[in-house]
Amino acid sequence: MSDRRKITVTVNGKAYEREVETRLTLADFIRHEILLTGTHVGCEHGVCGACTILLDGKTARSCLMLAVQANGHEITTIEGIALNETELHPLQQAFQDNHGLQCGFCTPGMLTTLLEFLRDNPDPTEREVREAISGNLCRCTGYQGIVNAALDAAKRLQGQAGA
Amino acid sequence: MGAKMFGARVPRLEDPRLLTGRGSYTDDFHLPGMLEAAFVRSPHSHAKINGIDVSAALKHPGVVAVYTASDLPEYLRKQTVPFQVPNPAITQPFQQRLLEDAEVCFAGEPIALVVADTRYNAEDAATLVAVDFEVLPGAADCKAALADGAPLAHASSPDNVGAKYTVGYGDVDAAFEKAHLTHREEYWVHRGGGFAIENRAVVADYDELQDMMTIWSATQSPFLVKQNVVDMLGWESDRVRVIAPDVGGGFGPKTVYYVEEALIPVIANELRRPVKWIEDRRENFLATNMERDQYWDMEIAVDAEGKLLGVRGTMIHDTGAYMPWGIISPYISATTVPGPYELPAYKLETRVALTNKVAVTPVRGAGRPQAVFAMERLMDRAAVKLGLDRAEIRRRNLIPTEKMPYPLGLIFRDGKPMTYDSGDYPKCQAEALRIADYDGFRARQEKARAEGRSIGIGVANYVEGTGLGPFEGATVRIQPSGRICVYTGGGDSGQGHWTTLAQVCADKFGVDIKDIDVQKGDTGKIASGVGTFASRIAVNAGSSVHLASMQVREKAIRVAAHMLEAAEEDLDIENGRVVVKGTDQSVGLAQVARAVQGMPGFSLPGGVEPGLEATHYFSPSQSSYCNGTAVVEVEVDTETGHVDILKYSMAHDSGTLINPFVVDGQVQGAVAHGVGNALLEWMIYDDNANPVSANFAEYMLPSAPETPNVAVVHVESPTPINPLGVKGAGEGGTIPAAAAIVAAIEDALSPWKVSISGAPVTPDMIVGKIRPSA
Repeated sequence: MSDRRKITVTVNGKAYEREVETRLTLADFIRHEILLTGTHVGCEHGVCGACTILLDGKTARSCLMLAVQANGHEITTIEGIALNETELHPLQQAFQDNHGLQCGFCTPGMLTTLLEFLRDNPDPTEREVREAISGNLCRCTGYQGIVNAALDAAKRLQGQAGA
Repeated sequence: MGAKMFGARVPRLEDPRLLTGRGSYTDDFHLPGMLEAAFVRSPHSHAKINGIDVSAALKHPGVVAVYTASDLPEYLRKQTVPFQVPNPAITQPFQQRLLEDAEVCFAGEPIALVVADTRYNAEDAATLVAVDFEVLPGAADCKAALADGAPLAHASSPDNVGAKYTVGYGDVDAAFEKAHLTHREEYWVHRGGGFAIENRAVVADYDELQDMMTIWSATQSPFLVKQNVVDMLGWESDRVRVIAPDVGGGFGPKTVYYVEEALIPVIANELRRPVKWIEDRRENFLATNMERDQYWDMEIAVDAEGKLLGVRGTMIHDTGAYMPWGIISPYISATTVPGPYELPAYKLETRVALTNKVAVTPVRGAGRPQAVFAMERLMDRAAVKLGLDRAEIRRRNLIPTEKMPYPLGLIFRDGKPMTYDSGDYPKCQAEALRIADYDGFRARQEKARAEGRSIGIGVANYVEGTGLGPFEGATVRIQPSGRICVYTGGGDSGQGHWTTLAQVCADKFGVDIKDIDVQKGDTGKIASGVGTFASRIAVNAGSSVHLASMQVREKAIRVAAHMLEAAEEDLDIENGRVVVKGTDQSVGLAQVARAVQGMPGFSLPGGVEPGLEATHYFSPSQSSYCNGTAVVEVEVDTETGHVDILKYSMAHDSGTLINPFVVDGQVQGAVAHGVGNALLEWMIYDDNANPVSANFAEYMLPSAPETPNVAVVHVESPTPINPLGVKGAGEGGTIPAAAAIVAAIEDALSPWKVSISGAPVTPDMIVGKIRPSA
């Protein structure tokens, strides 16, 4: 029960070394050990997707992983997405411009999921966007603003890539 | 003067923080020395408790304390949460105790509380608390609960009737006697829960230096939490501060005061350490209030032209084991039935049934979706029997706009006669039909049928009382920096109050909304408040911001007149400066604010009171009624029963719009909730009232693929009830959704003569109706 291990996890480019209980979830590690509280926990059974982070660039539900499993890996959370202190990432900007969030609780998972999706599918259809976020629950927006934001972000990112 | 902010489609000020992970929700607070709590909850829907043994739990590593009812301060041991909304129709107003040690009445009812260094240790120890239960039969289905010999929800009560009342007007029996046609039918309407993605959460911290208890709660109503804490715990009001920080969705269930919001502060006070409790999703399914079943037995009477003569019937409402919010939901149901129609006579008898389930309190729509379902189904039935188009029978009965204001003959929940203040119902329905291309539908349907596809269309109307009183206030203050700060009492759980209230304020001073801060949901920032529910903030707080801003504006001009040595009538405010019209003389609002801070020994310019600020508590004379029409086109897969929403059109009238962007978002989100109610969301209990669907695999929320885009057209009928002309917009999308979707499914399946009289309607139910033998 009190089995503890020392782990090193790189989050948003910064290495964190901590001794943790082996049963500590990755979500709780991120939120309560290294105090990056932008990642949210909504269901703790892998359905709502609010806790989604990027692990070595791929989406993972941090509520379904243990912190020790992230040892030696690189994680990106919502705090690590913006271009810099003052400039939002085009996906974040598209969320604001398309009213893609209301309460903001599902937003970290939506952003990480769509970052991965738009990287792999730079020119998606609306249907593909809806399928891509089908594992992320939002109770506020009815998804319309989120889908519009994703399609808008795809255009912005393609514009950048083409420039 | 900058661009006009009020009414503009501007992006939200809230977003950059939330998009970069810099929000602060209740679980984000990490206070030094903070302990974490876990509850021991009843695993049975109904049981007697013969004993509780906490000795093993106390020995678990990290455990600081374990509380049962008998470990609480003596005056709280038998204490129940206050009865928050009494009504004389309530015969058995059962309320929940802080911790139960005699008879638990729903699965999830708190029995003990474990406090430990970590949540992990607290949960481990909670499993070690041994409770000796004697399981009792549970009252499950609310209709069965009212039958003779049904198991009693509370062992001590004579029956399961929690409340009984009749509402109506006109001579309904006479109306039925002269009817050309009548139709009687029973409906079952289920509504699920709010299911905000953030669960409930409470952190309490007693600060000995300041003798102050601070409570952070994921609540819609910080002032109601404070009021109840003060009433229940007997603490001094000015020693309690309640803050609703960022709240991850509300949808109704976070309006009400819960035992957890009493217990966590009590324990923090006892232990003199900060205590945190974060509800997990299973607890949310078990112990957060929801709405549930209503059974309607309804009858409609019309004349040969389809004009309404009368509606009568009975309704049974499941209220669960306790009634913290009284009969608000079923009472709203009863008063919603007439809707936008000229209905000469109406009578509904309601019985509220106690069952062994978590309490029923309002969820987005608050009893209205169920009533609209019953009424709109009756309209559809009458149309079909008369051979009339379903939109046409509605058109013939809509209240003409020249009859506004329209007294309905009923009393609303605010105790005042229901009078529709404004609205253009015929235009609203016509607009919805237009954007839905209703007239072209039969051709589309014929073409689809030729291709072997089953498509159908449904229409539903509703009227909703919004902007509930008594008040929600605002303080508007111009700070010496020149920034404007607005304070208001209701919390924000995604509505975007910072943006919309800033839009109300900005034009008074010719500033950008970025120059305005809005601080909300903090009892330390404004003296009084109510909360964010019943679609009431734009109306109440919005009007207060408007009126307080006007007062600040007048004061700024009065002071500036002295500073500029000019007459008040020659002054105006532009771009954050008071200017002498037609000259280049001006003084900034920052300077004016500094001038009224006061200087020792000097009197204030113009003899004004100090501070460039004003507070106003707007109190509406009655609710303002918004309305709308939903038109839904669906395709039904007759093999699998899957329903695909092809087109969702909504005409929505919430009066004047402050920010159409935000209102569209409210409508779209509310529609999604209604889609869940129509097709997916069903909180299922077994025959003994034990929950069966207590996670997101068994209880399904709408996800992106099954949620439609909503085409919204706004009809703006400003209300005369408040100075802005605004009405509430948070719930309208949900209210007609199930009625319209079910009508569309039925229309798609008309070749099979399928009749649907309940919601949600699931694929297996649809297949069962198409192929009864399947």
